[in-house]
Amino acid sequence: MSKKPIIFLILFLVAASLLFFYKQEKEDFAVKLGIIFGYTGPIESLTPDMAKASELAIKEVNDSGEFLSGKIKIQGIRADSTCVDAAAANAAAERLITSDQVNAIVGADCSGVTTSILQNVAMSNGIVMISPSATSPALSTLPDNGLFFRTAPSDARQGKIVADILIEKGFKKAALSFTNNDYGKGLAESIKKNYESKGGQITISASHEDGKADYGAEVSALAQAGGDILIVAGYLDQGGKGIIQGSLDADAFNKFFLPDGMIGDSLPKAIGSDLNGSIGSIPGTDSPGAKTFENLAKSNGFKAGPFSQESYDAAALIMLAMQSAKSSKSKDLKDHVMDVANAPGEKIYPGELSKGISLLKQGKEIDYVGASSVELIGGGESSGNFREILIKDGKITTAGYR
Amino acid sequence: MDYINAIILFSNYILIPGLSYGCQLALGALGVTLIYTVMRFSNFAHGELMSFGAMISILIMWCLKDIGVSIKPLPTIIISLPISIIITVIFCLLIDKLCFSYYRKNNSQSVILLIVSIGVMFFTNGLIRLIIGPNDRNINDGERFLVKAKTIKKVFELNEGLSIKMSQGITIVITLLLVTFIFWFLNKTKTGKSMRAYSDNKDLSLLSGINPERVILITWIITGMLACVAGTLYGLDKSYKPFTYLNLVLPIFASAIVGGVGNPIGAIIGGFVIAYSEIIVTFAYRKFLSYLLPDNFLSDGLMQILSTDYKIAVSFLILVIVLIIKPTGIYKGKLI
Repeated sequence: MSKKPIIFLILFLVAASLLFFYKQEKEDFAVKLGIIFGYTGPIESLTPDMAKASELAIKEVNDSGEFLSGKIKIQGIRADSTCVDAAAANAAAERLITSDQVNAIVGADCSGVTTSILQNVAMSNGIVMISPSATSPALSTLPDNGLFFRTAPSDARQGKIVADILIEKGFKKAALSFTNNDYGKGLAESIKKNYESKGGQITISASHEDGKADYGAEVSALAQAGGDILIVAGYLDQGGKGIIQGSLDADAFNKFFLPDGMIGDSLPKAIGSDLNGSIGSIPGTDSPGAKTFENLAKSNGFKAGPFSQESYDAAALIMLAMQSAKSSKSKDLKDHVMDVANAPGEKIYPGELSKGISLLKQGKEIDYVGASSVELIGGGESSGNFREILIKDGKITTAGYR
Repeated sequence: MDYINAIILFSNYILIPGLSYGCQLALGALGVTLIYTVMRFSNFAHGELMSFGAMISILIMWCLKDIGVSIKPLPTIIISLPISIIITVIFCLLIDKLCFSYYRKNNSQSVILLIVSIGVMFFTNGLIRLIIGPNDRNINDGERFLVKAKTIKKVFELNEGLSIKMSQGITIVITLLLVTFIFWFLNKTKTGKSMRAYSDNKDLSLLSGINPERVILITWIITGMLACVAGTLYGLDKSYKPFTYLNLVLPIFASAIVGGVGNPIGAIIGGFVIAYSEIIVTFAYRKFLSYLLPDNFLSDGLMQILSTDYKIAVSFLILVIVLIIKPTGIYKGKLI
């Protein structure tokens, strides 16, 4: 008789027991957070700093040595949402949940993939998601079983801010170009509605596709419609940049309004001095938290770029909610997110996560303010503080806060 | 009525942008067509070959800049072209040796070669990301404009300006030179004639003593040269981002098919047809007509035939119409 079946049986048993112990170990000692951002795709120049910000929050909690039982270490696992490819994003999230067995997810970044992951993966698995940068108004009303939160405000709010800034600066006629996805459409509609109700006129509202070979046709149509300023609700590494470059080359527009997806250092660097004088808006505050976070980021070797504050806060909220729920499971922590984010309680700023953890341990309440002045309203989204941007001498500068 | 303003407006937004985009498409379509006529397969890796060529040009440009070479007001990348063409050609020959030649020897069907080319496309794409990374790079370090819109406005006291970018000028001039060279080569030299004979009737040309390996070698050399130049010019005009070359393959194939696959003149015509059709149909004519028609003749609309959302649909519509009415393309090419 051949001995092969026996050998196989032994091997199988050994492998199974190894797997069993491995899994045991995972459950006992580690909490895992998925960090799902578009490391490739239209906002790939922003996401490294966003991920580093989330990982900084995780490191801070780990260093405190007090999280849950005290021995538990939290591990951040990155996955690529691609920002635009819903199928790839779903697969990445599925992998995080089934193979890496993450307890909750920080992300995703762009509105379209966030909606897709939430509906197809997170809800069926009961996993909490806190997105730092998905701003589509549609996400406010989407059924989410209480699993979805965002530290970024809805674009319904940003549209109002954009309209306010434009009217105040005396721009009465504007052309509008938006990226053809959930983010672009939602923001464009909101801007148009608010701007027109304040007496402004949108001469044309046309979409553009990202990653196209040539934007000549789009620029021509926008130029013919005319306007004092061109609002570009797109992405800075993608079509948005192509539209701006094309408009400048053809001398169609010389002033641009840049909403949050267009704010980043790579844009003024790529376009050059022609961008000076353009204005924009991005979620942000002048709170002490933002300053502290900037210094924290600098000493940890990354830049407090767009949405990195929100990313830090998203990760921090998940961990504080876990502590408050005394459980790392999504189904327990989801009811605690609003409690730790909002008053009453002691205010917690960036760099003070260990203080927050120990306060929660003593049974006290906290009000997490964080880097972006987190205040969750409605179904769990940021109430929305905005930073007004002015491009000056090739640099992004702050013109005020709203 | 103001004809001059109308003409300037038309040139600024339609004529010049379409001309340079058409040149870029034409050079790409020419490469695709050559491979198709000689080797009988659609080379989907062509976009990535262009990207590879552009990448090599950039790497050489960086070296040149390091030692202080500059040809201002022209961009430095122009002088790196000869060397990068050689490297791209070597890369093409290597790919052919390692991937395509095996299937050619086995007389594989063209669809198998097509699948191989998709594999090559993904491999090259990955290689480029490994070497230079996925970031967007502005590689135009020369003067930006030949003619500035503001100057035209001021000097001629017009309402409309006309801007011609340096990169557009370079694109048009180099395309003209390259296309002339290729037509001369195909029609006047013995090697070119043997290539045409081989593509026309393989068996007959083998009987008359044409060396097939040599024909294929020459084809790859020309294709590599075209890909490298087209890729570099495109990167110079827009900015170099590896991602976009993948999206360039579609309009290139549309150009080649509209013009007639396998016909070099068709490839060039097709490039311009695709480039102009996108702009002309989606252009908002209100301002243009306001210069030509009496004042109160126009309504408030934008006078746009189709919204820019349908830009891609236009080129595909033309593709479908051409294939229905004339399956061989505008200029008679191979039936596919």
